[in-house]
Amino acid sequence: MAGAFDEMLGSSPYADRLDPAAVRPVYQAVARWLASASPELLATRRRQAELFFRRIGITFAVYGDPDATERLIPFDIIPRVISAEEWALLEEGLTQRVEALNAFCADVYGPRECLRAGVVPEDLVLRNPQLCWHQLGFRPAGGVWTHVTGIDLVRTDPATWMVLEDNARTPSGVSYMLENREVMLRLAPELVSEELRDGGIRPVETYTDMLLATLKSVAPPGARGEPVVALLTPGLHNSAYYEHSFLADRMGIELVEGSDLFVHDDVLFMRTTAGPQRVDVLYRRVDDAFLDPLVFRPDSLLGVPGLLRAVHAGNLTVANAIGTGIADDKAIYSYMPGIIRFFTGREPILANVPTWRCREPEALAEVLDRMPELVVKQVDGSGGYGMLVGPQATAEELDRFRQRLKAEPHRFIAQPTLALSTCPTLVDSGIAPRHVDLRPFVLMGAHGITIVPGGLTRVALKEGSFVVNSSQGGGTKDTWVMGPGGT
Amino acid sequence: MLSRNAANLYWLGRYVERADYLCRLLEATIRLAALPASHGGADGAWESAIRSAAVADRFAASGRRFTEADVGHFLALDPTHPGSIRSCLEMARTNARSLRTALTLETWQAINTAWLELQRFGTEETDPLTLMRLLDTVKQALLAFDGAAHRNQLREATYWFMRLGTSLERADNTARLLDHKYHILLPRTERVGGSLDYFQWTTMLRVVSANTAYRWVYRDSVKPWLVADLLILKPQMPRSLIACYEDIVFYLDRLARERGRPGPANRLALAGLQRLQATSIDELFQEGLHEFLLRFIAQNNALGDAIAEQYLF
Repeated sequence: MAGAFDEMLGSSPYADRLDPAAVRPVYQAVARWLASASPELLATRRRQAELFFRRIGITFAVYGDPDATERLIPFDIIPRVISAEEWALLEEGLTQRVEALNAFCADVYGPRECLRAGVVPEDLVLRNPQLCWHQLGFRPAGGVWTHVTGIDLVRTDPATWMVLEDNARTPSGVSYMLENREVMLRLAPELVSEELRDGGIRPVETYTDMLLATLKSVAPPGARGEPVVALLTPGLHNSAYYEHSFLADRMGIELVEGSDLFVHDDVLFMRTTAGPQRVDVLYRRVDDAFLDPLVFRPDSLLGVPGLLRAVHAGNLTVANAIGTGIADDKAIYSYMPGIIRFFTGREPILANVPTWRCREPEALAEVLDRMPELVVKQVDGSGGYGMLVGPQATAEELDRFRQRLKAEPHRFIAQPTLALSTCPTLVDSGIAPRHVDLRPFVLMGAHGITIVPGGLTRVALKEGSFVVNSSQGGGTKDTWVMGPGGT
Repeated sequence: MLSRNAANLYWLGRYVERADYLCRLLEATIRLAALPASHGGADGAWESAIRSAAVADRFAASGRRFTEADVGHFLALDPTHPGSIRSCLEMARTNARSLRTALTLETWQAINTAWLELQRFGTEETDPLTLMRLLDTVKQALLAFDGAAHRNQLREATYWFMRLGTSLERADNTARLLDHKYHILLPRTERVGGSLDYFQWTTMLRVVSANTAYRWVYRDSVKPWLVADLLILKPQMPRSLIACYEDIVFYLDRLARERGRPGPANRLALAGLQRLQATSIDELFQEGLHEFLLRFIAQNNALGDAIAEQYLF
């Protein structure tokens, strides 16, 4: 899209030779590096990166594609740079937002004050399929519901970051944040060391220690001694399996599957070669619906019968807590500014993307009218599926979505097509601007919120495309947050 | 350690060992097949390879013939044959992938690379030169795997379970190889060096990569009863039954130390080792080599069951 803000050049156009005067200060070192590296060298580096990722086995399974059960997510070797000041603002805004998300969960499953105050329509919560009735009245250890949250941000101009989506269930992608940095250090040590001279790239590798500390801080009251933490994965064929094993490895905890676990007398145990061992905290990367066949889907083989009883007996903490889907629901999203005001008493620091709620008749009429310029999303869709990008849709697609909207308006929201910021990206024709988003990871433990300075930058590799989802051909970049005093 | 992980490690060890054995078996067979039929070569060599891999029934059912192309494909690349090198490596890599947390980066990379390299050879029949290259590639990759495991893996349950699987599989392979050829190992009064079976014996030594080892140990020309002695009772020979059992006893002992107490598998393995230590090659021949090997294979299987039982696989 013409006129999008470029994070390296602002509004200046890309030319064969970068004009140093046009480069924003935070990108100076990267621009010098790009100017000094020949296209052949950059291409070689890109091939090295791919080889490296394949060797260490970072692959991504794409559902419904039999030929590519293991595929690489393309990695772009030009890092994205965020200044210390920009990050300070993001950090404050993310902390505020996650505090509000957590308070909202506690309230919905507790006193429901925000419903009585009319901040969110009652029926939208109480009739929401994401609301977990089994959790009503439940109080998790330390009052924490959303232990790990991924907030998807987009930037539209130098000063404006907007929240596109909250991910408060089992957000993934953090392993790419960590591995992308590793690869970057190997591929371009000269660039990294130049940046060091200029103030330093803040490290991200402490994330796994922070995560483990967060998980241990919310051990249940029934735990004795040092809490035992385990990571529950759906198994080898899950698209994020690599990440699960990576995190378990870095934290030094067991990577368990449902079949490794059993509940006895409301206590969770794992089967080990030395007999049963008690588990106190379960960092689960399995959806609510599959966690406990006695309560949720009876056909699930991924969970553990009796798990919910162990939680309610105070013998087990499940992170994130069961039922947090109510907080990141796309239908609830548009009420987030009000939710933030209600629970934190302050104006939201990070804006929401303006959203039409198709359940409201006037909004629906406007959306139907302006559809070719909007993005329409299904409230229960994810990963870029069930979504319509108006400006890129054919007449038939627009028609089909109009019919669906009229039939079930409550299942859809619509947003304007934003001029997402772009970052310099290595493409076949050279270096070109491509649209990006950012997913930072926010940790919440019994002692408060910690955010690792960085995140996952996803980049839409197709020219002009806004779809950054890895399941639809998006790539990733290393994300550098500069230390204070840096450029 | 999770019991599932222990089982995965144990089978990872077994699959890698089986793939390695198949490589060596095929290599030796290619050599043997180059000899005239009167020396045991030509197509007889390929039939013999199928029997040494203990997959005769499956091979017959597949409707193939004992030719280099058919046997080579069946044992190396056939994705539908669970006993092919390709299938073994695929299962080994799947096990390793589900265990990424237990393996060091280099150990994982080695097995992953082996699998990626093998995939470049496709799944169709190959010409003999390509087959040779494939075997060489796989052997090198598996050496890298063993080396990475040996150098970098912590000496704890992870390593012991993997090695345990390797040793148990190795004992099984050696015993089956011997049993298939037991009739040519029986002592006879024949002119040494001129026997028809001479190339069979050296082929067998080659399969277990012991051609040079034999000369070192016996400093003698190849004699069948000494081949049997080497592969059953010589602890110096890493693929001999007795060496495998020394290893198995050691690994089980280490695991028992971590777990706190030895179990039935420890006692079975020790009894097996003591039986081998108390016997001589003459006694084995008097008792009947074939009978001895059949009993050994059964006992080895029973030990595998006892291990699974003991560690709740």
